[in-house]
Amino acid sequence: MKKKSGVPFNGTKEQEAKLLEVIDELRATPGCLMPIMQHAQEIYGYLPYEVQKIISDQLGVPMEKVYGVATFYAQFNLNPKGTYKISVCLGTACYVKGSGPIMEELEKQLGIHDGECTSDGLFSLDTCRCVGACGLAPVLLVNDDVYGRVTVEQVSEILGKYR
Amino acid sequence: MKTLEELRAIREKMEGILQVRLADAESAKSDDNCRYHVLVCGGTGCTSSGSVQIIKNLEEELKANGIENDVAIVKTGCHGLCAVGPLMVVYPGGTFYTRVDEKDVKEIVESHLKNGKIVDRLVYTETNEGTEAIKKAYRETTFYRKQKRIALRNCGVINPEKIDEYIGTRGYEALGKVLTTMTPDEVIQTVLDSGLRGRGGAGFPTGLKWKFASGNRGNVQKYVCCNADEGDPGAFMDRSVLEGDPHVVFEAMAIAGYAIGSNQGYIYVRAEYPIAVERLTIALKQAREYGLLGKDIFGTGFDFDIDLRLGAGAFVCGEETALMTSIEGNRGEPRPRPPFPAVKGLFGKPTILNNVETWANVPQIILNGPEWFASMGTEKSKGTKVFALGGKINHTGLVEIPMGTPLRTVIEEIGGGIPNGKKFKAAQTGGPSGGCIPAEHFDIPIDYDNLISIGSMMGSGGLIVMDEDNCMVDIAKFFLQFTVDESCGKCTPCRVGTKRMLEILDRITAGKGTMKDLDELEELAYYIKDNALCGLGQTAPNPVLSTLRFFRDEYIAHIEEKRCPAGVCKALTNFYIDPEKCKGCTLCARNCPVDAIEGSVKVPHVINTEKCIKCGTCMDNCKFGAISKR
Repeated sequence: MKKKSGVPFNGTKEQEAKLLEVIDELRATPGCLMPIMQHAQEIYGYLPYEVQKIISDQLGVPMEKVYGVATFYAQFNLNPKGTYKISVCLGTACYVKGSGPIMEELEKQLGIHDGECTSDGLFSLDTCRCVGACGLAPVLLVNDDVYGRVTVEQVSEILGKYR
Repeated sequence: MKTLEELRAIREKMEGILQVRLADAESAKSDDNCRYHVLVCGGTGCTSSGSVQIIKNLEEELKANGIENDVAIVKTGCHGLCAVGPLMVVYPGGTFYTRVDEKDVKEIVESHLKNGKIVDRLVYTETNEGTEAIKKAYRETTFYRKQKRIALRNCGVINPEKIDEYIGTRGYEALGKVLTTMTPDEVIQTVLDSGLRGRGGAGFPTGLKWKFASGNRGNVQKYVCCNADEGDPGAFMDRSVLEGDPHVVFEAMAIAGYAIGSNQGYIYVRAEYPIAVERLTIALKQAREYGLLGKDIFGTGFDFDIDLRLGAGAFVCGEETALMTSIEGNRGEPRPRPPFPAVKGLFGKPTILNNVETWANVPQIILNGPEWFASMGTEKSKGTKVFALGGKINHTGLVEIPMGTPLRTVIEEIGGGIPNGKKFKAAQTGGPSGGCIPAEHFDIPIDYDNLISIGSMMGSGGLIVMDEDNCMVDIAKFFLQFTVDESCGKCTPCRVGTKRMLEILDRITAGKGTMKDLDELEELAYYIKDNALCGLGQTAPNPVLSTLRFFRDEYIAHIEEKRCPAGVCKALTNFYIDPEKCKGCTLCARNCPVDAIEGSVKVPHVINTEKCIKCGTCMDNCKFGAISKR
């Protein structure tokens, strides 16, 4: 189970105003909870507790229900994704070649765990299983950039490119 | 517009413009004074391959050559032959350009559109064994010649973002006919007589579903829903209809609304189809502007409107009660039946839900009559079916064929056969709910009942072809992984049962299975089929049961011999260097990620199977074909 994001909620007044506008526009529509949550995710980029609470309060729907819907559908992110999405391959070839220690080094340097995002919103960290570049093992991706034959020592340098 | 006459006036005007696209005759002309109509495929596949840039380049090049008023650029929906996209068809003549690159546009404009000389190298070429490669016009190709496009009638022909083009192909006339000349019961009888069965997979008679919901008209709120949550991996029939001909769904839903006494429809479309969502939104706006949706349609007093709802990434929401629960704003968990949706459905009201492809057939049935539809297909499976061909087949893409077409025709003729000279092993239909058709049934006429009789099912239309290099146990495991992931968790047989089945398959593919595991697998499978709450759970064991029925020997090889005959299951496959072929070039050893290959220069190398992680890099690198799996 993924841990709660360490990223503090940074919702702005403009975002809240937009959300309230959407809620008012849709509140009379039957079954409005899902469209409202979909719009909310577009406004904020994800659906943290704070946003769920606004929706719950505004619609008079219990938090338990809002949370239940947020966790059921794969599209709803409870954790924010970073500007740079790092994906470490933990497929067999990469794992045997040391992608495990690379994952640990990334977690240490970024201060987050698998599935989480740094508090400045810059990096999010995920694992994947085999991108098919086993000849370049171990492999990690940052958005669409593929890095092969990565060593633990190179992690700082790679992160530095995006900071 | 307020009357049918206004609709017909638009139709007549548009027919003159569209006629040039409806045949391959060189002499065809268009009323819009354009010498050429260039149809560029704007389906998702071709869009990802760059058709948007192709259209931009077309616009620029036409201007640069001063012929922008002579040529109409038409962005259409999916043409179907996705394997060779991006696609472009030029009328008159039906010149079929394939694998068009944005850099080719200049030549097409200068040579063909300006000077009338076809660009030969880009024309689709058909190669049949032993004969010379032949260039064919669009409708003559083997791919299209054997198809009968009813649901896909307009896909690839019209611009879905221009409602006038839909009207030009008799769009909304069926609705007009129904509202002005037929009673609701007559509409239902027509659909019943046609023999149309649900195209989403279960094949329930559509007319019967409508009949069940038709009682008490006018006294109770009712709903008409469209299931556009096409979740089967490998299926994209519905997506192509939504992207290429969205109005057909609106028209059909309005017809059904009249038939059962409903004035509100919902289309539930998966959010993973952004192009479809966009086309639907544009089409809805245009339909409302014309008064074809909304109040008092054609001045008959009939109201009907449609709301769009987006899914959020849950396969189970393709199940009818889960879909309705999701529209209501809940977790997409199915409900027990009875009560059936026709009695108590969306928001507790009588509801009919049909699949996109089912809807796409309705207007034609009304216009051409139920006998026309029933004249195609087999005794119990009337009409046509759209299939998404995928996997080990040359012509991956979308085809629509009359029910009863033999599988052999679909795969060898229309599909262009298996690539690389490999042998056909099985065709999987019905996705994670379906089963496989093995080589011994290669000539089976495809229809609902034939497929069920051999333990498979029609499903929504995904048809994945497998060859000798696919492991059927691995395939069964793959589908089960999917259903375990997507199980909603509400009922125990599915939530726990499918997971236990997956654990057994994991053991078998890892070489740790026993014959007792096979018995347990089958027992679990039948139990889950009988007791799961919804279609997802009830059909999740099908791939396993089907592969056990036809490929039991593969399971036994995995268990008793610890061997994977197809060489797929990594734990049971060993890579082996043939010392006769190995030249000792060291290329494999240098590329091995785990240094599992021993040997010095010019000495045949050996793979240490203990260290080997079966990634296959060595085999990919070897220039002498000395490495194989066994």
